[in-house]
Amino acid sequence: MMYDFFVDLFGNEIIAAILSGVPPLLFILVFVLFAVWLERKVSAHMQDRLGPMRTGWHGYLQTIADLIKLIQKEDILAAANDKPLFNLAPVLVFAGTYAAFAAIPFSSYYIGSNIDLGIFFIIGISGLVVAGILMAGWSSNNKYSMLGAMRAAAQIISYEIPTILVVLTVVMITRTLNLHTLSEMQTGYIWNWMIFGGPTVGWQKFSLIPLMFIGFLVIYMSTLAEVNRTPFDIPEAESELVSGYHTEYSGMKFAMFFLAEYANMYAVSAIVTALFLGGYQSPIGYFGNLVDVPWLIPIEQFLWFTIKGTFFVFVQMWLRWTLPRLRVDQLMALCWKYLIPIAFVNLIIVGLITVL
Amino acid sequence: MLTETHKNITYTPVVKTEEMILNMGPQHPSTHGVLRLELQLEGEIITKVIPHIGYLHRCFEKHCEAMTYPQVIPYTDRMDYLASMGNELGYVVAVERLLNIQVPERVEYIRVIMAELQRIASHLVALGTYGADIGAMTPFLFCFRDREMILSLFEMTCGARLLYNYIWVGGLSHDLHPDFVRQTRDFCNYFKPKIKELNDLLTYNKIFIDRTAHVGILPLDTAINFGISGPMLRGSGMKWDLRKDDPYSVYHKFDFDIPVGEGKVGTVGDCWDRYYVRVLEMVESLKIIEQALDQLPEGDVMSAIPKRIKPPVGQIYTRIENPRGELGYFIISDGSVNPFRVKARAPSFVNLGVMDVLCRGHMVADIIAILGSVDIVLGEVDR
Repeated sequence: MMYDFFVDLFGNEIIAAILSGVPPLLFILVFVLFAVWLERKVSAHMQDRLGPMRTGWHGYLQTIADLIKLIQKEDILAAANDKPLFNLAPVLVFAGTYAAFAAIPFSSYYIGSNIDLGIFFIIGISGLVVAGILMAGWSSNNKYSMLGAMRAAAQIISYEIPTILVVLTVVMITRTLNLHTLSEMQTGYIWNWMIFGGPTVGWQKFSLIPLMFIGFLVIYMSTLAEVNRTPFDIPEAESELVSGYHTEYSGMKFAMFFLAEYANMYAVSAIVTALFLGGYQSPIGYFGNLVDVPWLIPIEQFLWFTIKGTFFVFVQMWLRWTLPRLRVDQLMALCWKYLIPIAFVNLIIVGLITVL
Repeated sequence: MLTETHKNITYTPVVKTEEMILNMGPQHPSTHGVLRLELQLEGEIITKVIPHIGYLHRCFEKHCEAMTYPQVIPYTDRMDYLASMGNELGYVVAVERLLNIQVPERVEYIRVIMAELQRIASHLVALGTYGADIGAMTPFLFCFRDREMILSLFEMTCGARLLYNYIWVGGLSHDLHPDFVRQTRDFCNYFKPKIKELNDLLTYNKIFIDRTAHVGILPLDTAINFGISGPMLRGSGMKWDLRKDDPYSVYHKFDFDIPVGEGKVGTVGDCWDRYYVRVLEMVESLKIIEQALDQLPEGDVMSAIPKRIKPPVGQIYTRIENPRGELGYFIISDGSVNPFRVKARAPSFVNLGVMDVLCRGHMVADIIAILGSVDIVLGEVDR
C-alpha cells in the first residue's frame, strides 16, 4: 500500500521501494525510545521506585541521553573475535526484525507491502534473527556468549512451532495469509475479532471462542519466548550468562541488539494483535464515520493498532518484572510437552469445526 | 506442570568430547562478590566445581595481633559486612568471657535486639538476591526497601549504616535513641505483612519452586561431615541453633522456635528448604525483638566498660549463631593488651566447601540457584 502510493507519487519503483522503508524505521525508532522509557517506568513503579525523573518530563529524554552515550562509546573489538561475523551479526539481527515490519498492517492504508503471504513472510524473515544471534555468539569467542547463542537458537526454533501451529488455526478459519485481508475480516465491533471466532457465525462461532482463547494464550507465550523475555529470557539470563550473546558488544553494536530486541517486542505484539485482536480495527466503531470525515479512519486505525501493540508490550514488561526465569530444560519441556500438543489438538479441533 | 527435574536427565555421550572449562567469576553478576568458580561442563551439565577464593583477603587475623582488644572490633565488622552486629557480638562475648566480666542487663537486651534486627536485614539481602539470581528482580528491591528501614534504625542508634563499631567490650558505644523503641515496634508491625507479600510474590511462585525444589540437595549426614551450620544445616532438617543449644547473652529468656527444612515442596535439604528456613527465621527474629522490647530494662550502657582491657593469660573459643551459621572466635591471650592470636571460624567459608558436592550433575543455571542458597559473603570467606 505504502509502496503503491510512492510509485504513484514518484513514478519510479526504486525510489518508492527505498522511501516505503522509511516510515517503519521511523516508527521503530520512536517506539523504541518510548518503550525503553516505559520499561524503566513500569519496573520502577512496580518496585516502589520513581525511575528516571531528571532528564525531561518524568525522565522521558533519558533514553535519548542513553543513546547519545552509546554512540560516544568506544567500539571494542577483542583480538580473538571473528571480525566479519562479529560486525555483521547486529546488523543481521536488526534486519530480520526490521524486515518483519514490511508486512505488518498498521492501518488499512499503511502497510509496507501488501503481499498475499504476509504472515508467512514475517515468520520466515524472523528466522534471520536466529542466524544473527548464532553469529554473534560464535564470533565473540566467549564461552558465555556461545552458551547464550546456543540456548537462543534452540529456544527460538522450538517456540516457532507452537506459534506456527496457532497461526495455522487462524489461517484455516480465514483462509488467507494476507494480514490486510485478515484484518479487514475482523471489521465491525469487538465480537468480530478472531479471538471471538472472527467472521464465523452461529454455533461455529460459539464453539470457536474457547479454542481461540487457548490459541491466543499459546501464541502469546511462545512469542514471549521468541523475543527472549522473562520468564523465557534464558539466552541473556543476566545472573547466569552475564548478558548472553551480546556480552562482548559495546557502543552502537550493542545499541543495535537493544533496538532489535525492543522492535521485536512490538513486532510479535503486532502479529498477535493482527491475528487475534482485530488488527487495526477499532472495537467501538470509528469517529470518522460518525462525523463523516473518511480520511480520519486510517489515522484512527493506526492509533488503535499502536495502542493494542503497546498494551501487549506493556504486558511483556509486567511479566518480566514479576516472574522468575525458567531453567533451559524446563523451557524446552514447556514447549515440547505442553504448548505444541495443546496447539496441535487445538488445530485439529478448529479444522473439524471449520470443515463442518 | 513442570514436575520433571534434572534428575531424570541421564546424560550418555555418544562421542566422548572434550569437557569445557568455564570460569565463573571473579567478575560475574551472581557470584555475590569476588568468588571464582571453575566449572567443568559436559554441555550444560556440571561435572566438577572448584571454588577459588582469596580475592578479598585482607589479613584480618594477622591484623588483630597488632591491635589492642577494642581496636579489633571495627575489623570484625568488615568480615561479614551484611551482619556486622553479629560479628561484633561474637568477638565481644569471647573477650568478655576471657576477662570474666558481667555486663548490665540492658546492654545484653540491646545487643540481642540489634543482633536480631541484623539477622532480618541479612536474610532480606540473602532472599532478595536469591530472587534476583533466579531472575525475579522485583522481590530484590522489595527486600532492600524493607532492609532500608532496619538500616535507618541502626543509623539512628549509632550513626553508621553498615559497619557499626557499636557493641563494645563490656557495653555499647551509644545508648538507644529515645524514639528507638517506638520505631522498632512500628517496623515489626510494618514488616509482618511484608513477609506474606514476599511469600506470595516469590516463595510460592510456581517457576521459583520449579527452579529451587529438588535442586542442590544436601543430605543431613553430608552436611554434618562438612561442618555446615546455620540455615543450611537447618534446611537439611537438623534442629541446631546456638541461640538454644549453646546460649550466649540473654537468649535463654526468650521464647522462639527453630525452623527446619521439611521438604514442603521438594526434598528435605534442597535449595527451596534453605530459602524457606530463612523466611521463617525472620518471623522468629521478630518474635525475639518484640519480647526484648517488652522486657527492656533501664540502666547505664557504659558503666561496665573496663578502663584497660588486659585479659589474663589463657585461651577461649566462643561461638554464636550468625545469620549465616556458627561464627566462632578463638582468642589466645598472652596477658598483654594485644591478642596473641585471633582465629575466626567463618560460617560462609565452611559452607562454601560443600559446593562441589551440591553442584555435580546439575546444569549451569542451577549453580546460581545453589550458590545463592548457600548465601556466602566473600568478606567473610576471605577475611
